[in-house]
Amino acid sequence: MNTIRKVSSTPHVRGKVTTNHLMLAVVTALLPACGYGIYNFGNRALWIILITVASAVLTELFYELLCKRPVTIGDFSAVVTGLLLALNLPVSVPWWICVVGGIFAILVVKMLFGGLGQNFMNPAFGARCFLLISFTSLMTNFECDAYTGPTPLALLKSGETANVYDMILGRCNGTIGETSMIAIILGACFLLLLGVIDLRVPGSYIVSFVILLGMFGPAGFDFNYIVAHLAGGGMMLGAFFMATDYVTRPVTVNGQYVYGMILGLLTFFFRIYGSSAEGVSYAIIIGNLLVPLIEKITRPRAFGIRRKM
Amino acid sequence: MTRSTFVGGIHPYEGKELSKDKPIQDILPKNDLVYPLSQHIGAPAVPLVKPGDKVLVGQKIAEAGGFVSACICSAVSGTVKAIEQRRVVTGDMVSSIVIENDHQYEEKEIEKPRPLEDLSREEIITYIKEAGIVGMGGAGFPTHVKLSVKEPEKIEYVIVNCAECEPYLTSDYRRMVEEPDKIIQGLQVVLSLFPNAKGILAIEDNKQDCIELFKEKTVDEPRILVKKLKTKYPQGAERSLIYAVTKRKLDSTRLPADVGCVVNNADTIVAVCQAVIHGRPLMERIVTITGDAIKEPGNFRVKIGTNYSELIEAAGGFKSEPEKIISGGPMMGFGIFETDLPTTKTASALVCLTRDEVSLLEPTACINCGRCLEVCPARLMPNKLSDFSAKHKEEEFLNYYGMECVECGCCSYVCPAKRYLAQNIKSMRKLMLGKKKK
Ligand code: SF4
Ligand code: SF4
Repeated sequence: MNTIRKVSSTPHVRGKVTTNHLMLAVVTALLPACGYGIYNFGNRALWIILITVASAVLTELFYELLCKRPVTIGDFSAVVTGLLLALNLPVSVPWWICVVGGIFAILVVKMLFGGLGQNFMNPAFGARCFLLISFTSLMTNFECDAYTGPTPLALLKSGETANVYDMILGRCNGTIGETSMIAIILGACFLLLLGVIDLRVPGSYIVSFVILLGMFGPAGFDFNYIVAHLAGGGMMLGAFFMATDYVTRPVTVNGQYVYGMILGLLTFFFRIYGSSAEGVSYAIIIGNLLVPLIEKITRPRAFGIRRKM
Repeated sequence: MTRSTFVGGIHPYEGKELSKDKPIQDILPKNDLVYPLSQHIGAPAVPLVKPGDKVLVGQKIAEAGGFVSACICSAVSGTVKAIEQRRVVTGDMVSSIVIENDHQYEEKEIEKPRPLEDLSREEIITYIKEAGIVGMGGAGFPTHVKLSVKEPEKIEYVIVNCAECEPYLTSDYRRMVEEPDKIIQGLQVVLSLFPNAKGILAIEDNKQDCIELFKEKTVDEPRILVKKLKTKYPQGAERSLIYAVTKRKLDSTRLPADVGCVVNNADTIVAVCQAVIHGRPLMERIVTITGDAIKEPGNFRVKIGTNYSELIEAAGGFKSEPEKIISGGPMMGFGIFETDLPTTKTASALVCLTRDEVSLLEPTACINCGRCLEVCPARLMPNKLSDFSAKHKEEEFLNYYGMECVECGCCSYVCPAKRYLAQNIKSMRKLMLGKKKK
């Protein structure tokens, strides 16, 4: 009767959800966008996705083996990073870009800052911006077998109009995963239903962007123009999958609204006044840098604490 | 009827079906009874007996050791065997009175109190005090102190906590089903202390039958209302409960009385009824013995002081070897490593599990998901607080309201990275509380 049993501090039961579940859910939610990308751009897209994911995962593995740290690739976070990076690459990039991107994302943006949870920048977008700056022409070359024209946003910028319905479906040029609004929203709904993400960041991001665009944009509240802006340029992918990245968005509820609005504002400025169409990536990266500040300002007041007189 | 609730909280696996429909069984102690002198909040009780003395059922064996303290009464007749150090559920050794049971149950002469209407405020409180009643939900705060508020006419709500939000526990539920009149009588006693108060029976909506039952029983009681609460943990935590019932918010520096509330748990209210109406001190309580390692889970009326091993025996013993035994509920109870421990006034359950979920889990890196913030009933940032605790940053800990934590464990429960959030915060709080006292 007197066997020693396990004692530990409370609570003695735990919820079932683990980090792995969350990451796997994100991977699943990205599958429609991947699938559509492959359908849209052909088999080359599949190879780009596979190579990017593999290089991200292997980088994490080798780094941890070399540093004799516990191996964490089982948590699927490197897979998520690889997938997101791949979906943000044009289909025409050479193979080595995928490898360099995967390594940069994991090694520089994630591991050197201490690994999962410690990075202050979204690894996939950090790598994308690094690639954009270092290999601008390769990263903005949207020539491929399926499409020859410029991306819809580039069209808009030069004052022309884009076919909005094609954009919503995804029948247009762009990076592998950003073209189909429908595929992305499908995945996002899956995550929303599972409660993996919520609408605080994407909602305030999109709403503030639309309001700014309508009030101060060149076309006012023109339906086609606004929808084209939302469907194009990785806005959906950015709002639902990159801006909601746990690690690099504020953890406080009010902070999430503030963060969303800042992203909307920055995207608006980059898109309307900037020279490139990559507003979303830069906006999110800059937003990431502001997160510690936002968290500090929006620290919640504890239950029942009265305002200081 | 709308369901009242608070912000945050979790929905753990309830496990109540194991013992929910098992009527309360009486068990009599076979061996010695052990009464730790410190089984309440406040100063330890002072023994009134010495080894060799003969005691009777209901005899006071230890006197309250101060204003915030409670006396202890024997639940059996027999001889005082020793006053010595015994282990209690927290793992500490506590000076305890050991009584050898003579199995005669010779009662001390009980003088039946006069009817409630004729009793003065002071008399009622004295009865409660002499009965050694403390908060039986787990906290163990002496009830007579709780009820001695400075301005009784300012109390607007007397809330009976029938939430029983901890998983597995069904002792309050059985009480409500089997002895609803005692709860109502007890509430009437407390209400008689507070002329302007309404009595509220706060019940979670997973106990719909009790809600109906009490509504029926209190139709003619204008001062007693039944309030339906959403089933959610920690609905029964004092501050959450007050908010759910009255929408009044309370931080750790204030008492329920400051917002016109008095909260007592259902079992405590029954003890009050026993003391003031029948003149019987607190000698027994209902304990739920349950978990997947127990052969016949059930609810038992147990003499306080009975050894835990006897309770497990009464429930048919183990069906398989438990890996973990918890005294109290799985969210806030104590993990115990032996069963040679006495039942105290605050022991609501023994949960015996074949598998210890927690020791299998490796904490991993925080992914900043925000789940801990969402569930925290105190609206804190457990991720940050736990970090500050681990790094021992006192100032930041206080700035982020660490002392407001109610130690409910919700944050640890939901954390997908399985971090020891509540555990870290708890140890830091303990440290800081210790410092404050100095
Ligand atoms: S920080 Fe404290 S009050 Fe908040 S969930 Fe954790 S244990 Fe409960
Ligand atoms: S629940 Fe766990 S992983 Fe999520 S923010 Fe809190 S501590 Fe971090």
